[in-house]
Amino acid sequence: MIRLEPRASVPPLVAAAVPVGAGVAALALAAVPLMLAGVDVGRAFALMAGGALGSTFAVTETLTRATPLVFTGLAAAVAFRARLWNIGGEGQLYAGALAAVAVGAGAVTLPPLLMVPLVVVAGMLAGALLMVVPTIMRTRFGVDEVVTTLLSNFVVVLFVSMMLDGPLKDPMGGGWPQSAPILAEAELPRLVAQTRLHAGLVMALAAALLVYGLDRFTVWGFEARAVGLNPAAARFAGLRVNATFLRVGALSGALAGLAGVSEVIGLKGYLTTDLSPGFGYTGIVVAMLAMLNPLGVVASAVFLAAVFVGADSMGRALGVSTYIASLIVALSLVSMLVGQMFLTWRVRLGRGAAAAGGRP
Amino acid sequence: MSLPVLDIDRVTKRFGALLANDAVSLSLDRGEVLALLGENGAGKTTLMSILFGHYVADEGEVRVAGPDGRMAPLPPGSPKAAIAAGIGMVHQHFALADSLSAFDNIVLGTEPLWRPWRAPRPERQRLEGLMADSGLAVDLAVPAGRLTVGERQRVEILKALYRDARILVLDEPTAVLTPQEADGLFATLDKLTARGLSVIFISHKLGEVLAVADRVAVLRQGRKVFEAANDGLDRGTLAEAMVGRPLAPPQRPAVRRGPPVLVLDGVGVPGRQGRAGLEAAELTVHAGEVVGIAGVSGNGQEALAAVISGLAAPTAGRVLVDGAPLAPRPAAAVAAGIGRIPEDRHRDGVVGDMSVEENLVLEDLFGPGTQRRGLLRFGAIRRRALKAIADYDVRCPGPAAKVRALSGGNMQKLLLARALEPEPTLVVAAQPSRGLDIGATQAVHARLLAACARGAAVLLISEDLDELMALSDRLYVIFHGRLAEAGSPDALDVRRIGLMMAGQPAEAA
Amino acid sequence: MIEALDVLLTTAFWIAAIRIATPLIYGVIGELVCERAGVLNLGIEGIMTAGAMAGWMTVYFGGSLWAGVAVAALTGGGFGLIHALITVVLGRSQHVTGIGITLLATSGSYFTYRMVLPDVSSPPRIEPFPPLGWDWLQKIPFLGPVIAGQTALTVLAFVLAVLVAWVLWRTPAGLAVRAVGDNPAAADAQGIDPIRVRIAAVVAGSAIMAVGGAFLTMSAFNAFFFEMIAGRGWIAIALVVFGSWMPGKAVLGAILFGAFDAFQVRLQQSVGGAIPHQVFLMLPYLLSIAALVVMSRRASVPKALMVAYVKGQR
Repeated sequence: MIRLEPRASVPPLVAAAVPVGAGVAALALAAVPLMLAGVDVGRAFALMAGGALGSTFAVTETLTRATPLVFTGLAAAVAFRARLWNIGGEGQLYAGALAAVAVGAGAVTLPPLLMVPLVVVAGMLAGALLMVVPTIMRTRFGVDEVVTTLLSNFVVVLFVSMMLDGPLKDPMGGGWPQSAPILAEAELPRLVAQTRLHAGLVMALAAALLVYGLDRFTVWGFEARAVGLNPAAARFAGLRVNATFLRVGALSGALAGLAGVSEVIGLKGYLTTDLSPGFGYTGIVVAMLAMLNPLGVVASAVFLAAVFVGADSMGRALGVSTYIASLIVALSLVSMLVGQMFLTWRVRLGRGAAAAGGRP
Repeated sequence: MSLPVLDIDRVTKRFGALLANDAVSLSLDRGEVLALLGENGAGKTTLMSILFGHYVADEGEVRVAGPDGRMAPLPPGSPKAAIAAGIGMVHQHFALADSLSAFDNIVLGTEPLWRPWRAPRPERQRLEGLMADSGLAVDLAVPAGRLTVGERQRVEILKALYRDARILVLDEPTAVLTPQEADGLFATLDKLTARGLSVIFISHKLGEVLAVADRVAVLRQGRKVFEAANDGLDRGTLAEAMVGRPLAPPQRPAVRRGPPVLVLDGVGVPGRQGRAGLEAAELTVHAGEVVGIAGVSGNGQEALAAVISGLAAPTAGRVLVDGAPLAPRPAAAVAAGIGRIPEDRHRDGVVGDMSVEENLVLEDLFGPGTQRRGLLRFGAIRRRALKAIADYDVRCPGPAAKVRALSGGNMQKLLLARALEPEPTLVVAAQPSRGLDIGATQAVHARLLAACARGAAVLLISEDLDELMALSDRLYVIFHGRLAEAGSPDALDVRRIGLMMAGQPAEAA
Repeated sequence: MIEALDVLLTTAFWIAAIRIATPLIYGVIGELVCERAGVLNLGIEGIMTAGAMAGWMTVYFGGSLWAGVAVAALTGGGFGLIHALITVVLGRSQHVTGIGITLLATSGSYFTYRMVLPDVSSPPRIEPFPPLGWDWLQKIPFLGPVIAGQTALTVLAFVLAVLVAWVLWRTPAGLAVRAVGDNPAAADAQGIDPIRVRIAAVVAGSAIMAVGGAFLTMSAFNAFFFEMIAGRGWIAIALVVFGSWMPGKAVLGAILFGAFDAFQVRLQQSVGGAIPHQVFLMLPYLLSIAALVVMSRRASVPKALMVAYVKGQR
């Protein structure tokens, strides 16, 4: 007889095993559609592993792909910790990228030491402002931020498209809807020669450490956690709940905006409407796999980036649609949701009557 | 001539390591009123929940008499089966869907789900007959959320009667009623038992039990420790059975009244969600005294607590603390030296998923004892928590344990520690002993009295008249948002207060 | 501009408006069933995508149109079941699970489509539902031609809306659903299993939503495009709030929305190049956000929406 007992605390081993188990389960489940498509599953996974981690170049590709995911993962983690459901990472990313290009493609010219921070700050502000509006709508009017952030994603992408067709269009771009390239002074340096890996990764790691530090060691992190876990009790105790939500929303939006900035000034050099293949949404999965832990976000971002890069390479070799990567990502999230059960409940095998309701 | 209708046979229930019911056996005869007494956590509600199918017993059996009188085992774990066997339950926290009408709430579950139509007319006729027979009247068309507490209870009872309940279980039915409404309820029960209904009612109110029950059973720590016919029983015997040792009444130290600390001057606060607010409230609490606020729940106690705690702003009048107006922010209340114990400790008091030490510093997060330049001072926080745990006897695995693992009594002690540690000049306690066992209740009372002896002003808002009479130096009664001064408890009797609680002036006795 | 307003009086305009409203009607009714039982189904965008793909593909491989509709409904119900198992049985966050279902259904649909059909320059087409064109309808002034210009799936949408309203308010099953969405403990105490009711509601609602997606590939258009749902699922969620969880008001909201969208297309054509076309495309989403803000203040939310029910908890 299987019985479920609530856990008083989570042993660290279990806490680490659940996300890993979810990742493994996702890969295993993905084998099913692969088999149905007549693909040699073993070969497919081998190619994926090789494509993601099999050479120095592959590793740099994976890390390059992981960079924006760390930012959007942090954005989601920061917000979700406070039970602020920011699903607008995609839009905030584009807002950040747009601001970077608006400022950094010739509007101002400064030495690199000033240019890069300027562009970064502009991107963070854009992302933050974009998230602040749905947050205020929640605190003032009780409007669910999930739907407003989701809908605003569409609005932002259309706005970017409009800008790229109009004021921000590259006069020398041959008529394509893309922005003028950012100035060399605003570009991020490469970390490894002959690869695409850029300093955005360093920024992402720094952001992860900063968020971790804020959450663990400062009053503001404490406040955000309390407000997220029980807003009524936090309010009773004198914490400023609405101001906290605003702070959390702004930080979350800023981090997602940074993802956009990093892709523009580190990788692409200019802005198009297909800058992000869903980094914002993938960031949510990154955050959930990491159990909303900022340091864990780095690990899960690398894992999911490896899945994407590996699937690219495997797809080309075997003729498998690269959507298998998105499928694995989605399966990871679902597995994680199911696996979370093991964090709150302990499974016990033993005799005794069927458990109908286990809590007094 | 006794006909058994219910036989609970050595029922045992465990929740993990906690033994909630330990081989409890009870029987009930037709037309009998059995009172089930015990402290909070003694296992009364668990036992009744097993009876009604919310839980399944680990050992033991329940047998119920069918309409023909023969006993048959009750299929466990299903409210549907319990209802079919003739058991009806009036839950302590009424199980009503607020947006549905009283009528819909009563007939919910009585029509087969596959039927693509409803037949309200015969149902309504039957209900109206029932209401006439039992004397329980309710407007069937009103959404349950808009009924008064007394009406909601009547709907709960009608639900059971409509389902042909032969055994009615009432869980703390008078917790939310005035003394007069409670009398009305017992009169109804009398009528129903005369026609053969059998009643089990759970209570912790000794006076009530002695007045109404035919037989009394006492549970303590999951075991039945006492059972007798209500023939010559007295409160003392029952109280001792409940607690296991003789009880000493709380010692109220001599009053040394100081200057006024809290003054409410014509304060008006709007009510929320259909509950009363405050209207032209006048109140004064002096240093060194305990002022009690008596009243049935929903008459403005929430608004009163909220406006003094800084959670609500008065739309009329002023709230003065030590002569200065109170800003309507919780942080301002804390800064003004007000120690607050919230009515709902789970919702407003503690953050369950945070640790004991984190909860203790929640009201002082930005103070120098908790942080320096934004960084948390873990050592200071830990030391403070250890001291509070020791001083207030908070039983927990340690300062880092999550608060949700604590029992209700220990959570309340934690909240007391948080509120009283900074030595506030005013203490506001709303329903501080609700849901606590006698031991924890005594601890709470002792702390409040100690604060008072130290010179604090204590405002005690409670629905428990015994508690108020025992602790207060002066009493007010709140009704429909208005406060009326009732004087010293020594000069009052429960009946008079009951009338005031029901809105009748003190003169008309 | 006046000429643009004149268009409101033409049957052609209203034929378009109702056609645009149809997937929203399915979405709104399906989501309403889930939310009335207390479950927020954020999987709607993905479920509509899966319904669109599954229905279309059934017809592409030789099935009849109605077989396609049935497959779409089954697919939707299947994803709804996964959602219900995670949120209702396991009690996990409805927000995150919904997003997970959307990601799963969408990526599953795209992957299946790409693997089954090679990457051709123009997407393959099917023979969609034809317009009703019933002659007897033409005799009814104005409404007649508008209905005749619709397809069977639009008629089905309205029929379902009426059916759902009937079930919710005139049958015991509907009462059970509304009770569970208000106070599952109350329903449990009356012998109704909230878990089962919620699962059933979510599966049924998801099946309905999926047909809304199939409408796009089998009636409004005749091929499956990536990103074709374009946020209609999220708009439907906003419209449920806008309609205060009442089927009549929600359908009305969907029709108003369809009219607005049809109007903005006409406006774009007449205003021409002065305003960038993206502005017009943005309007539906902005309107939905506005509708949410306006209605959220007075919302009569099902009280147990998003509150997981654990048996035996007091």
